Amino acid sequence: MADELTWKDAKVGNIITEAGNASFRQTGDWRTERPVLDKETCIKCGLCWIHCPDAAIKPGEDGYYEADLYYCKGCGICASICPVGAITMIEEEEK
Amino acid sequence: MSRRVALEAAHAVAEAARMADVDVIAAYPITPQTHIPERLAEMVADGELSAAYIPVESEHSAMSACLGAAAVGARTYTATAGQGLELMHEVLYAASSMRYPIVMAVCNRALSAPLSIWGDHSDAMATRDTSWIQIFCQNSQQAFDMTLWAFRVGEDPNVLFPVMVHFDGFHLTHVTEPVVLPEQEEVDRFLPKLDYPFALDPHKPMTHGAFGIPDVYSEAKVAQEIALRKSKSVILQGFQEFGDIFGRHYYPVEPYKTEGAQTLLLTMGSFGETAQIAVDTKQSKGESVGLLNLRLWRPFPFQELREAVKNAQKLIVFDRCISFGGPGGPVCSEVRSALYNERERPTVVSFVGALGGREMSPQDFEYVIDRGREIAEKGSEELFETVGIRGEVTGIRG
Amino acid sequence: MSKETIRFGKSAVTTQEFVAEGHTFCTGCGEALALRLACKALGENVIIGNATGCIEICTSPFPVTSWRVPWIHTLFENTASVISGVEAGLKILMNKGKRPEQDIKCVAMAGDGGTSDIGLQALSGALERNHNFLYLCFDNEAYMNTGIQRSSSTPYGASTTTAPAGKFSIGQITKKKNMVAIAAAHDIPYVATACPSYHFDLMRKVRKGAEVEGPAYIHILSPCPTGWRYSSNLTIEISQLAVQTGIFPLYEIENGRYRLNADPPELKPVEEYLKPQGRYRHLTSDNIERIQRLVNEDYARLKKKAAAFPM
Repeated sequence: MADELTWKDAKVGNIITEAGNASFRQTGDWRTERPVLDKETCIKCGLCWIHCPDAAIKPGEDGYYEADLYYCKGCGICASICPVGAITMIEEEEK
Repeated sequence: MSRRVALEAAHAVAEAARMADVDVIAAYPITPQTHIPERLAEMVADGELSAAYIPVESEHSAMSACLGAAAVGARTYTATAGQGLELMHEVLYAASSMRYPIVMAVCNRALSAPLSIWGDHSDAMATRDTSWIQIFCQNSQQAFDMTLWAFRVGEDPNVLFPVMVHFDGFHLTHVTEPVVLPEQEEVDRFLPKLDYPFALDPHKPMTHGAFGIPDVYSEAKVAQEIALRKSKSVILQGFQEFGDIFGRHYYPVEPYKTEGAQTLLLTMGSFGETAQIAVDTKQSKGESVGLLNLRLWRPFPFQELREAVKNAQKLIVFDRCISFGGPGGPVCSEVRSALYNERERPTVVSFVGALGGREMSPQDFEYVIDRGREIAEKGSEELFETVGIRGEVTGIRG
Repeated sequence: MSKETIRFGKSAVTTQEFVAEGHTFCTGCGEALALRLACKALGENVIIGNATGCIEICTSPFPVTSWRVPWIHTLFENTASVISGVEAGLKILMNKGKRPEQDIKCVAMAGDGGTSDIGLQALSGALERNHNFLYLCFDNEAYMNTGIQRSSSTPYGASTTTAPAGKFSIGQITKKKNMVAIAAAHDIPYVATACPSYHFDLMRKVRKGAEVEGPAYIHILSPCPTGWRYSSNLTIEISQLAVQTGIFPLYEIENGRYRLNADPPELKPVEEYLKPQGRYRHLTSDNIERIQRLVNEDYARLKKKAAAFPM
């Protein structure tokens, strides 16, 4: 994206007027492990949601919180802090 | 009714800032600029000017606060000199690259060491490449006028660059001269309200100051350079509009009695007025000598300079700064560079003098003219000539 | 149908993300989490001024930005000065009718380097001038963005690249500069410490700091898996241990009056905090004993102050 920019595209002062346009970035391809939720154990406390540095855990329709694998970097904080151990980190498979 | 008052340049520019209804002033005191922030602080304290006066704790913070104020759309003003201009050096690049239309008075002062509070152009010369629009004044009237002009040009939506208004420390800042002050109505006609198009606002969130990886940095810089060069048309338009409303006309290069002159002397700043006396003396003796005042420093007026010197045989450039170990006289090196590709150009001779507040009399300028013509004729081993240095040095070899 | 807030007991936390997903903070970054929480507490009506550092680099590579609120970065040491200009500019423009009246909070964000070292002068000036702004220092205890060089906020005994542990060195030989005391010495209305493991406490303090008239300073411990050398999943545990061992006490100073937010009857031994971190791997038991003594002294001194000037 950046390497296609011409000098004419450089807005005055290099100011970016489109808020949050970095959200296209798929940081999910950084990870080596991913979180898996056991819905049986989960108590829907939301602590995983609030502790995710990447805002990659999203509240679902059913009240459960699940990792958005597009963004999830696999840090494992959610698995570590889950009070009931409902989240497990598993190795990412080779694609 | 415009009125004629006695003002030192420092007070004149403060008055210009007041008439321009500046919104934010962030300044740190430094000799010989102090009368500017003092006068502005007084104006704010007495309600003569409605502005936020931020008494910052250093010049680096002064220019930084100006960045913030300009980013939210405030008409922003500051002033500094010498060491202060150096201390804010990195912030100058931010101001111009981020395209904030800040106006700054620079009361040209020599750089330490040894410490000198007195005037020369070394502070200005250290900021040549900072991408600010830069203009030089010869007297208090011009300091006042160019301040108004600076807001008009810098804030123009097709420009959006910060502007430095240079005038000599002590020789102008502390010297009372007659200044014609216009009517407020005239100023309001000349200077539209600032409508900065990228003001920070929660309703329309923008990011100022993103960083540039190698893939984008070059394009960003080239875009900036092209924009700075393009500002020339607004610069000239600003001069034109100023002349139309206030009756005083300014140009990038201003001739003084140059018709048919075989030898030209080029100066910047207030010492040009002293040199004018030398030129008058020479002409009264029938010598073919004229004077050029280089007013617009950045973007450099290549076209106007070439035009102004094309009929002269000899061009003597007087600098108030040494570019150590390099070209000697910085203005001269730029003039030489501007003329290099011309098929016909005068012989250019470089003089450096009046450093750190050292005086130049009209007789000193007569010496410069005589010696300059001599060198132009005979040639010289020296890179540049010095003026008035005790100890039998007249020239420096390259 | 997406909910606007998520309830935790009596608290409601907005689901809005002011720093867009897909930023480039390291895996498990404590600073990213602290930033996310702080922004949720601040809401949309802000203008943020950011120093050069991890937050700036991870959120603003031209031509894209993670920011969904107005944001300005210029240089490294001048955040407080830039925000001074923003604050003064907004105030005067609204006074003069040149900008519509709007409730906008000015927030300065910087790391420990941009605060306690190169940014100290600008911060002191802005605090002294009594600008109405909130200053958030995200302290990961070194110049992390440029590769883990020491700062004056690096704790005694920690190894960094410019103060590395070696045959003749324990790493950082000086104590962590007390920025909270320095901020408080300016007699400002509100100073506090916070930490991402105590998320509601952090958000409450940020909100409080934002609501205060005048300068507010919050020092936020930001554990860094990369620089502190611990497994990325332990960020919250490490933050908790920092508080539970007394190494990073949580407290507020409001107009010179102290309140300790957490005062466990017995502090955990510092070793529990130090052991999981590779930057302390070289410490001998003597070193750890010394650190324990220093922490005990500092904590006792804090408790004395809190008792002498209670809220």
